[in-house]
Amino acid sequence: MSAMSSSNWDRRSLLKAAAGLAAAGTLSACGSNNGRGGGSGSGTNLVQYFHAYGEPGVEQAVKRYAKAYTKANVSTQWITGNNFENKLFPALLTKQAPDVFEFHPQIQLVKSGQVADLTDIIDPVKDDFNPADIKSHTVDGKIYGVRMIDDPQFFFYRKSMFEKANVSVPTTLDELIEAAAKLTTSKVKGLFLGNDLTPVQNNLIWSAGADTLDDKNQIAYHTDGVVEGLKKLRTLFTSGHLLLDAPADFWDPSAFNQGLCAIQWGGMWGMPATQQALGDDFGVFPFPKIGSNGKQSVYNGGWSMFVNAKGDNVDAAKEYVKWLWIDQKQYQTDFATSYGFHIPPRASIAAQAGKLKSGAAADSVKLFNTYGHFDNIGWTQAMITAFNDVIANTVRKNGNPEAALDTCDTKVNRELKKLFG
Amino acid sequence: MSTTTARDLASPAPTKASKARPRRGLRANATLNFWLFTGPFLIGLVIFVFVPIGWSLWLSFFDARFTVTPSNFIGFDNYKTVLTDPNFTGSLVTFTVFAAFIVPLTWGLSLSLALLVHRLTYLRAFFRSVFFLPTACSYVAASLIWKMSIFNGVRFGLANTVLGWFGVDQVAWLANPTPPWYWLVIVTLRLWLQAGFYMILFLAALQNIPSELYEAAAIDGAKPGWQTFRYITLPQLRATSTAVILLLLVAAYQAFDEFFNLMGRATWGQPPLVILYKTAIGVNQDYGQGSAGAVVLTLLICVVTLFQGKIMGFGRGEESK
Repeated sequence: MSAMSSSNWDRRSLLKAAAGLAAAGTLSACGSNNGRGGGSGSGTNLVQYFHAYGEPGVEQAVKRYAKAYTKANVSTQWITGNNFENKLFPALLTKQAPDVFEFHPQIQLVKSGQVADLTDIIDPVKDDFNPADIKSHTVDGKIYGVRMIDDPQFFFYRKSMFEKANVSVPTTLDELIEAAAKLTTSKVKGLFLGNDLTPVQNNLIWSAGADTLDDKNQIAYHTDGVVEGLKKLRTLFTSGHLLLDAPADFWDPSAFNQGLCAIQWGGMWGMPATQQALGDDFGVFPFPKIGSNGKQSVYNGGWSMFVNAKGDNVDAAKEYVKWLWIDQKQYQTDFATSYGFHIPPRASIAAQAGKLKSGAAADSVKLFNTYGHFDNIGWTQAMITAFNDVIANTVRKNGNPEAALDTCDTKVNRELKKLFG
Repeated sequence: MSTTTARDLASPAPTKASKARPRRGLRANATLNFWLFTGPFLIGLVIFVFVPIGWSLWLSFFDARFTVTPSNFIGFDNYKTVLTDPNFTGSLVTFTVFAAFIVPLTWGLSLSLALLVHRLTYLRAFFRSVFFLPTACSYVAASLIWKMSIFNGVRFGLANTVLGWFGVDQVAWLANPTPPWYWLVIVTLRLWLQAGFYMILFLAALQNIPSELYEAAAIDGAKPGWQTFRYITLPQLRATSTAVILLLLVAAYQAFDEFFNLMGRATWGQPPLVILYKTAIGVNQDYGQGSAGAVVLTLLICVVTLFQGKIMGFGRGEESK
């Protein structure tokens, strides 16, 4: 009997507690900061998506910038893992979509109405930006993203290992393959191109004298030079001189810094860590040329800030992007040079980036200016994935390059038809 | 107090209690109670299962790139694309190979572990826990351990270190489809993760086998060991074995995490769910094509499951055996 009473009392108490919680929740939701915001502003809440930069301190820096913004509460979603786009794209279809996000310029984002036109906030400073960056973000005269950083990608090589093996810096793919063989020992592999080799796929195209798409947005990668390059990469893949399945991929300089390989494909962002590990015992060189019509190449990657055109706070988001990535030059300098090294896309900021004016960093800037290829906004993620399959099926699986490129052509043409008609 | 008196006094008690505490409100209304308990779950089922399935079916007939509310009806085009995509058809081969490895291996290993633990006199709970513990590990975490620590391609990976002791050069376990060492990585990972769970099922079944059966077999001259196992234990585990194989087959169809995390951008070694994820949720954002693939895969799973049930007699009554 007593147990029964107690039970009744418990249920009433639980109901009261639940009602109290519901009321408290409702009241708290009426407040200006409902947990979404992270800054000192009031009223508008903005969410920004960032992929996880590997260099220590970047996440804290991004959150520090957001906190300094007073006109809105800006919270940061720091997306870890290798598949930032796999989290970003589905999120953009939901109510929980970010208001602001970083990504690379891709025309499908524009065509599907997912990104807002930022021409009005960039126009006043347009001439200060690298013209190639402006071009790569422009569709029909409108600019859809603000470039935050330029990230050149090239080879890092260990000078002492080159001297010991009596190897010169390669300028052709054949020389690179020979160098990898000479540099390979029982403990060190000659070369690391990333675990699935796809990081160099655009350079394979450019260094063979071809391009991803031409000026009319037609396929330009299916050439004899690219076929030759694929066959040579297959030779390298089976040679035993290539580091494969490293614990950290190409974007992390660990394999190179730990002495697992003599040459590694990497990005300028990894340079501070390499300097700390190896001092001056390293240099950089571009992807070597392939065939007689080829020329050396560097991939000028990078990240840009976009505004979700379907978000609830488009104007507030644009205002935040303008504040941080156009007005706040000290934050842009900090972001580009205080953690990993990046080239600021603004000429006025790049000119004052002291850390990029000497040693290997200065060499990197020179490679960027001499051999650099920028993003093509028409070369979309689906096309990139189609070419990923070419690398997998020919270089790693020993398939016929012509057949693999034909399959890729079918997929890319289907994509081009959808995008350009 | 006589027994009779006590019985006389006791008999009206339920009536009294019933009169004193009539069923009121919620307790009285059985229909209301039914909906109160099942309603929330039913609503959840409709919203999170039936609506998405219906929506997916609808999407599969539209050009749904970068949208889940498309307007361009394209009929069976998505189905044609999916069924002619070598990556999707190849994924069905991958699944078949994977199932061919993992189903019998897990069945055998989990049954062996169950037999070992069942016969233990001491430390049975300890070993049961040890074998079951990997089940609690996340597939993603386990994949990263397998990929980065045990089966990485550098000289200090665990597997390569062991090979190095015997003078074998370092192996790139996951980079190369020939030889297909990646199967060793994937299969050992899943075996480690799931054998403990199925061991518990077999252990429960073993404990339910009446000891009289073994005693009768012994009296009839059956030798302990293989003969007893073959003619007593194994037939008695038939229902559990069928259920285990069914669960393993469904789990093999649903394989995703370890393949996604281990295989990266390979075009081989990708099961159907990875392909569909990359098509729809991933970078391609083609919800129409992804949905068409999901419909095809669902139909395939239904057919295979029904076929397997028919072969193994799952759900068949004892009398019809």
